[in-house]
Amino acid sequence: MATTFTLNGKPTTVNVDPQMPLLWVLRDTLDLTGTKFGCGMALCGACTVHINGEAARSCITPVSSVQGKKVTTIEGLSADGSHPVQQAWIAEDVPQCGYCQSGQIMSAVALLAKKPNPSDADIDDAMSGNICRCGTYQRIRKAIHRAAGSTNA
Amino acid sequence: MSSTSLLDRRSFLRSSAAAGTGLWLGFHLPTSNAQENETAAKQEKKPPNPLNAWIHVSPDNHVTLIVGKSEMGQGIMTALPMILAEELSLDWKSVRIQQAPTNPAIYDLGTGGSGSVAGSYLPLRRAGAAAREMFISAAAEHWNVNRDTCLARDGGILHGARKNFLTYGELADAAAKLPVPDFKTVPLKNPSDFTIVGHDTHRYEVVEKVNGAAKFGIDSRVPGMQYAVIERCPIFGGKLKSFDAANAKAVPGVIDVFPVDPVGSTAFTAGGVAVVADSSWAAMQGRKALQVSWDEGPHASESSGSLRQQFLANAAQPGKVVRNDGDADAAISSATKKVDVVYEFPFAAHATMEPMNCTVHIRADGAEAWVPTQAPQWAQDVIAGVSGLPRDSVVVHTTLMGGGFGRRYMGDFVMEAAQVAKITHKPVMVLWTREDDMQHDFYRPSSYHRLSGAVDANGNLAAWKHFQTSTSIDAMWSPKGKETPENSEFATAIFIPYRTPNYRIEYTVAQSGVPRAWWRSVEHSTSGFVVESFVDELAAAAGADPLAFRLRLIGDDRSIPDFGNPKEGKPLVTSRLKGVLNLVAQKAPWGKPLPKGHAQGIATYYSFESYTACVAEVSVENRAIKVHRLVYAVDCGRPINPNGVAAQVEGAAIYGLSAALYDAITIRGGRVEQSNFNDYAMPRIADTPKTEVYVVPSNEEPTGIGEPGLPVVVPAICNAVFAATGKRLRRFPIRNEDLA
Repeated sequence: MATTFTLNGKPTTVNVDPQMPLLWVLRDTLDLTGTKFGCGMALCGACTVHINGEAARSCITPVSSVQGKKVTTIEGLSADGSHPVQQAWIAEDVPQCGYCQSGQIMSAVALLAKKPNPSDADIDDAMSGNICRCGTYQRIRKAIHRAAGSTNA
Repeated sequence: MSSTSLLDRRSFLRSSAAAGTGLWLGFHLPTSNAQENETAAKQEKKPPNPLNAWIHVSPDNHVTLIVGKSEMGQGIMTALPMILAEELSLDWKSVRIQQAPTNPAIYDLGTGGSGSVAGSYLPLRRAGAAAREMFISAAAEHWNVNRDTCLARDGGILHGARKNFLTYGELADAAAKLPVPDFKTVPLKNPSDFTIVGHDTHRYEVVEKVNGAAKFGIDSRVPGMQYAVIERCPIFGGKLKSFDAANAKAVPGVIDVFPVDPVGSTAFTAGGVAVVADSSWAAMQGRKALQVSWDEGPHASESSGSLRQQFLANAAQPGKVVRNDGDADAAISSATKKVDVVYEFPFAAHATMEPMNCTVHIRADGAEAWVPTQAPQWAQDVIAGVSGLPRDSVVVHTTLMGGGFGRRYMGDFVMEAAQVAKITHKPVMVLWTREDDMQHDFYRPSSYHRLSGAVDANGNLAAWKHFQTSTSIDAMWSPKGKETPENSEFATAIFIPYRTPNYRIEYTVAQSGVPRAWWRSVEHSTSGFVVESFVDELAAAAGADPLAFRLRLIGDDRSIPDFGNPKEGKPLVTSRLKGVLNLVAQKAPWGKPLPKGHAQGIATYYSFESYTACVAEVSVENRAIKVHRLVYAVDCGRPINPNGVAAQVEGAAIYGLSAALYDAITIRGGRVEQSNFNDYAMPRIADTPKTEVYVVPSNEEPTGIGEPGLPVVVPAICNAVFAATGKRLRRFPIRNEDLA
């Protein structure tokens, strides 16, 4: 069954089981592997993408539910890693293994779209769904403040 | 295939024993020869031409440096090439870096034991210096000048008098044909001239890790590939009795369903039923439709409760005496200020963010594999063994890893993928779900420690007695009854820096069907807590300040031999330990005025040849611990990339926090009760304390830093909780009632 949506600005149609989570459509059908599998239960945030601009866990999102919607993945954030949040991540050397960072960045971008100058409490709240096993949280916090141009770190 | 073809037991045991003291870098995985032969061959082997092995220069002057260790987040893909680039005087920004192929003749690819920088520093300096000298010779010949008048500068050779400059690209062909200088005598750069080593450097692969381009094992995509998942027996040691694949095969996308045999010692796979499909999702759906029955095997009645009963029974008897200085029992019985306590640790899972996976293609004429592994040579052996192909025809691509922490040193996930690929004849990824990963890990051992000690009237340590019983790692690899886990299970707890005339160590191994392996910092994760909590308890018994008490007991400058591994383990140098204690005390600062309800705790430890100290500031509210700040001082010899050192310590602190506040793998009915991050919780960003890391400037040889940040964090926090509340925390994870 065909599902049509806008993926990183391009119209995209896939013919897959409508119940297949968006995560696996992105990774296995479309070979967009920047979005990661971590838990399959929306517990870790590694699979975070934007659906109509809102952060969403693609591992529990049936592909049929994004029919007609705009989906943005880490690959669609910028063509060359120049998005201010990506630049802040580089400046603070946030990633270690890097596996969770696609999801962290997508959550941070969604946060900054709503709150351009977030407090630490705002960050704790918005980023609470993203696990980093390498423990880069302190640098994530700094990078979000940097991206916001904020000094209330 | 015999089990010993995968991993020579003696070499493993030797390495494993050394793991506790940080000398894990020699973790060799020989295919068949005895360790002695391998060692002899290695000694005779000449270093390879560095312009073939480590440095590739294209005619248009692109320099590619080869990294012979696996990148799992610890920053080795940056730190090791920095060493080469330094000796070559390269422009770091123009350097490209490539993962080494699996060629055991050149690369010793095993990555673990915080040993990569320590073990590679001198060899890579020599390789870089040898290449530089070859470029200088080539340039001098070209210009027909004395080579003493030529210098390496910015990726080329400069002839000062004539201001001539030739790039390495222009010199590469000629240089590669020259004899390789003797590595033992090749001149090394004066460290005071270093412009790369010792300077903060961005992670090489940072850009691809923020734009989604980084390829982890799970991202391997090969034309025509299939995806498989395996339904494994949930009970450790259980076996497949029967299965019905009809419903699974009816799931759209499912291609095949077949049994996979368990492989015993060394690979330790569970076996089960593989479901192969055209997508990961279809494979998972097919697996749900399987009907499987299991023969539950010998461990079906094991539980965390039964293991604890075994610990208690073991503790009621004397253990094997591993060390005995003086007469600890007599000194304790006659003392007035004494402490007698028990510390308990559960199993802990690695929970790497990238679940286990491995992609293998076995053809008639060779095999190719994409493996997120800390042990690519072992992966190569496993695939060669399963396929029956010669080792040389098995190409293993070592991918980036979404975390390793010791888990990816195991070969189980490679073995399964090879078994499946042998049947499919197509490229296939065996993908683990989070539940698979959580329930079929190799866990940090569970252990039980009884500590008894006494302080005399002068505040000196009169006696220290440590009994331990545990489900050891060594016992996994040894025929029952022949294991010698006491050699490694105590780590630094067997040569504590606190002076005492009466020091006794006893050990009893506990039996368990739960698989165990190296979890970040291995035995140090528990030994660090035991030693640093108990010395704090003794300080309290003595009525002494915890910092002053430690400094007093450490005493004079001296070297303390590694009792468990005297030949290979480097001694603990007390001046360096006192150095980090004093630095952390100054930076915290220790004893500063704190908000009401806040308190400080301190811990210091020696592991992987590095010295760490940590001061934690905590408060306890509503039976919950809030860690406000962690201050670390670390001495890991000469830091290669100080920014990377700080990142490793920051991360190890969070990993340690997870084991104190959240993590516990519990067993019931011979299986793991936890399955995902809902019941095996992780620290989140809100749990993260402000962490400061002070790196001791040092000219000593570099030592490990991937793991040493971990052992001190939990005792520092728990000692701070004691200072704040008077409550000692002695079992993990910390429960609410322990704070009541």
